[in-house]
Amino acid sequence: MTQEIWREIGVIDDIPPLGSRVISVNAGDIAIFRTSDDHVFALDDLCPHKQGKLSQGIVHDRAVTCPLHSWVIGLDDGKALDPDEGCTKTHEIRLEGRRIFLRLTA
Amino acid sequence: MNMIVNPKERLVLVGNGMAGIRAIEEILARAPGRFAITVFGAEPHGNYNRIMLSPVLSREKKFESIITHDLAWYEEQGIELISGEAVVEIDRINQTVTSAAGTSRGYDVLLLATGSMPFLLPVEGNDLHGVVGFRDLADVEKMLKIAGAKRHAVVIGGGLLGLEAANGLMLNGMDVTVIHLPPTLMERQLDREASELLQRDLTARGLACITGANTAALIGNSQDEVIALRLKDGREFPADLVVMAVGIRPSITLGKHAGLDCNRGILVDDGMRTSDPLIWAVGECIEHRGVCYGLVAPLFDMAKICADRITGVAASNYIPAESPTRLKVTGIDMFSVGAFDGGEGCEDIIMRDSSRGQYRRVVVKENRVVGVLLYGDAADGAWYFDLMKQKTDIAPIRGGLIFGPAFAADGTASGADIGAMADDAEICGCNGVCKGKIVGAIKEFGLSTLDEVRARTKASASCGSCTGQVEKILAYAAGDAYKAGPKIKPMCKCTTHGHDAVRAEIRARKLMSIPAVMRALNWKTTDGCASCRPALNYYLLCEWPGEYQDDFQSRFVNERMHANIQKDGTYSVVPRMWGGVTNAAELRAIADVVERYDIPSVKVTGGQRIDLLGVRKEQLPDVWRDLNDAGMISGAAYAKGLRTVKTCVGSEWCRFGTQDSTSMGIGLEKMTWGSSTPAKVKMAVSGCPRNCAESSIKDFGVIATESGWDLLVGGNGGVKLRETELLAKVATAGEVLEYAAAFMQLYREEARYLERTAHWIERVGVAYVQSRLLPDAAARKNLHDRFLISQKFAQIDPWAERARQGVQAHEFRPLALVE
Repeated sequence: MTQEIWREIGVIDDIPPLGSRVISVNAGDIAIFRTSDDHVFALDDLCPHKQGKLSQGIVHDRAVTCPLHSWVIGLDDGKALDPDEGCTKTHEIRLEGRRIFLRLTA
Repeated sequence: MNMIVNPKERLVLVGNGMAGIRAIEEILARAPGRFAITVFGAEPHGNYNRIMLSPVLSREKKFESIITHDLAWYEEQGIELISGEAVVEIDRINQTVTSAAGTSRGYDVLLLATGSMPFLLPVEGNDLHGVVGFRDLADVEKMLKIAGAKRHAVVIGGGLLGLEAANGLMLNGMDVTVIHLPPTLMERQLDREASELLQRDLTARGLACITGANTAALIGNSQDEVIALRLKDGREFPADLVVMAVGIRPSITLGKHAGLDCNRGILVDDGMRTSDPLIWAVGECIEHRGVCYGLVAPLFDMAKICADRITGVAASNYIPAESPTRLKVTGIDMFSVGAFDGGEGCEDIIMRDSSRGQYRRVVVKENRVVGVLLYGDAADGAWYFDLMKQKTDIAPIRGGLIFGPAFAADGTASGADIGAMADDAEICGCNGVCKGKIVGAIKEFGLSTLDEVRARTKASASCGSCTGQVEKILAYAAGDAYKAGPKIKPMCKCTTHGHDAVRAEIRARKLMSIPAVMRALNWKTTDGCASCRPALNYYLLCEWPGEYQDDFQSRFVNERMHANIQKDGTYSVVPRMWGGVTNAAELRAIADVVERYDIPSVKVTGGQRIDLLGVRKEQLPDVWRDLNDAGMISGAAYAKGLRTVKTCVGSEWCRFGTQDSTSMGIGLEKMTWGSSTPAKVKMAVSGCPRNCAESSIKDFGVIATESGWDLLVGGNGGVKLRETELLAKVATAGEVLEYAAAFMQLYREEARYLERTAHWIERVGVAYVQSRLLPDAAARKNLHDRFLISQKFAQIDPWAERARQGVQAHEFRPLALVE
């Protein structure tokens, strides 16, 4: 039986602004992004193109540019920006003060 | 030891706005470091371009993009900024000012630039919620908030500001009505004819304009929110938002309270000094010879005068000048200056083309232009304004005067309008730049693009309304070299500026951070993108060695991780081997590391190094530490910087070798390692013309000859093979190093980011590079010295910092492990 839980994974200060850190879960890595205005987003750490590690890309506004072939992935919905097509799975994430909570399937 | 330190004179500015900060800039330019400066500002920001609030309201610009001085600027200039605190008291006896929050500062010189307040109509209901002025960012934010939620807006006042507010609110989707007391719109800038054309154009855009309308009262609901406006004739208009734009009043409360002579404004003399000799005033708060001002150009003139006086460099006087006005409503072009509506002894020359919406009126008195009004096409405004300021006798050109410069100059060939213009004709009113200065800069520096002209002269760099004029001057002065707008390739989609213009601005305006560059140059995105951020980071690093803090988040992954990412997400590690030379101890240490960390693959590279492939991210610091322990540092195989210096064995072993190429290569590598450059740099040194080190396809190649060394540049063995070109022949190893350093620095300073030396030299030509490095030994030495200075800050092993000092430790560890 699976159940969804909110899991505290750290504080926003652990991630540099316009940077990313990774959460290792059994199913693979999840990249946690921090934007310049201190919003956080969680996406599978896989570019839909050639599975590049998005956590290693450059974050700008609400997007990240993949380090392998410069696809730009939207942080809100995981979708590749035009002209590329593809989608990375997003995860629910929220901030309580400076603490970060990630919704996981247990 | 007895040392008497002269404390700096204390200069306090009250009012952190355009006029005050311009005055500070003018003072800093005249007497850098002389004053300890404190700035009080009532608004909680740095300084922004208030005249650009209209495009912020219409959402054509972001607020961030109109900030002219961010907090970092104050810090860099050593200015104490006390923002969000209005000054409430000046104690002239003890020479102190005190803010509402109780902050107090002493002064030796006090500068008041308290600006003005919107005039609030004294009608019933003017204190209801939803009634705002249009003065500062807080007003714009209030308007945008209501615009997002409600529908009806009424703007009281159909002048310049009121119409810009109305247009902005309309573009935010509101139904907008303009209520104007006089019978025609913008009566201070337009005659009846032009005003009717304007009203027609605005109505066609969906703006309702009610003229001759006298406001009786604003009506509120039970929550004290405005819901309607009533005129004296009984008509009512629904209103969720009322903007009062009926004029401004100089803010004189502070000055008056302190006992300074005041009338409508704070009274100043021709040198901008108030009735207290220690207190000066500039901007909208002053009254000079009975006149108060509300346009930006006179304020900037005042700033210059008071800076001359405060620093004592000149006893200049403020001479009021006519300032033209333009309306910042996209798609509506108008220009108005002087006695546009005629008067005693004036003659009118008028051209009207109603169906095209064009109207021109030139007012002439005794064969001199005294007023101009252009509606529909205002491109010739500056030319007429110049005739007016120069008091040019227009009798010879009167026949074609109304048709503009092209015809007035007696049908001479095109370009005549610019050619005919006097050198001191003002082109850019915002920054006070005349034609002669622009032409001079174009000639002196060989400028060929609008961006370059902006960077050099500031012309068209503020409000942009003179851009067309500047382009014409560029076409006229630069001739065939002129590259029209679209041909300048912008750095990326975030900006309209090209690489060279951005660099010039970074230098000229002393921009010290990526956000500062983006704000100063009106970046279209908040954070830039993966293309411009690394470029800006490089340009800043190159321009301010030792001062600029490298921004890791703006570096590509390989440079951030100091290892090359591979397609499976693992990394490769390449230790430096000077000149491709190694020994048993290093090889043993490498072998140990390979076994200890179970590194799957080991390969010799084309640059004579050993590559360890398949290292996992979290292993990197340990691998580096072990290699460090054996005396090896990062080989920078990932860097946009010096990669490798490849060598042959040279005269030490080879029977053909003429010089010790190995030692030469090691010398080059010791000098250049750690450098950052626009793109990667590879070098090679061959000991004889057989060229075993393949020097002729390197960025900087050296080939030994019997008599010395051949220096080759701009080679590339990549996708597009390019052979090097000969830069110079030199005699000694010392000269090789000097030329190499100078070449590196020229490339660092002038090539565009990601431009390899091959592409750069194809663009500028090897003759240009030679002209910078060969004839002038002092210039070459200068470049060489600058390179070595930057190397002082660059030659730090990134592996050691990370393996031993925990730099950027977060890069190598997951945030959390979740089972």
